Amino acid sequence: MIPLSWYLIFAAALFCIGLFGVLARKNAVAILMGVELMLNAVNINLVAFWRYLYAPDLAGLTFVAIVLVAAAAETAVGLALIISVYRRRSTVVVDDLSLMKG
Amino acid sequence: MTLSQVFFLAVAAITLFAAVMVVSTRRIMHAALWLVLSLFGVAVLFALLQSGFFAVVQVVVYIGAIAILIIFAVMLTRQVMLDVGPQLNRGWWIPAVLVAGLYAALVGVLSTWSQFQAQAGPLAPEANDLSRFGQALVDLNAYVIPFEIASVLLLGALIGSIFVASERKG
Repeated sequence: MIPLSWYLIFAAALFCIGLFGVLARKNAVAILMGVELMLNAVNINLVAFWRYLYAPDLAGLTFVAIVLVAAAAETAVGLALIISVYRRRSTVVVDDLSLMKG
Repeated sequence: MTLSQVFFLAVAAITLFAAVMVVSTRRIMHAALWLVLSLFGVAVLFALLQSGFFAVVQVVVYIGAIAILIIFAVMLTRQVMLDVGPQLNRGWWIPAVLVAGLYAALVGVLSTWSQFQAQAGPLAPEANDLSRFGQALVDLNAYVIPFEIASVLLLGALIGSIFVASERKG
């Protein structure tokens, strides 16, 4: 059988890869993809904890459902912002979006 | 090494490779397609955790909706990023060192936890009873408040994204 540690190590790796994408990519859409990877890592952790430690209790599954809803809302609003910014500034490179820099 | 362990390692390796390609590939459209593969690997892991419902939800919501939305956004914004030149910031090695340190710290902290090597017991038959899950979501003594807040959040995101992305004069 698979121990819980395998899932946790896998989710930590996925989270770190996503965080690297958020911090290092230039394209705003690619940054959103990194956020998706991080949210997926969190969901893997939540389902693994539910399965291994709290199985019949429903709190873990509800938490996963709420994270999914938050991820969908975040992606929709984020992509709308990117498209709006692209219309006004003709760029999606986050380094060029320095209008509010002091 | 049992069959399920081999299967887990294969799926995890494919998912992590796809995730690395998402953050490192030069073409943004290829990154979106690698993201689909990575999300599908996560769905397989959900199925391996005996949560079939969330495996299906992962495919429907993430691959069917979010990944397609991302591909739309890539196609709507791609003239400027002609996939030439570096796609990473100049100082990209700083976050690389940072996340390597974070990963080591996470695994180090987790390995001191007493339940780290916990094995899965047999799953109770009512654990995957979807009608029980659905009733808990609308039960006043359970999760009706988070459920309603989530639906209001979705409605707000829907209206907000239409408002932000719609074309206005002036």
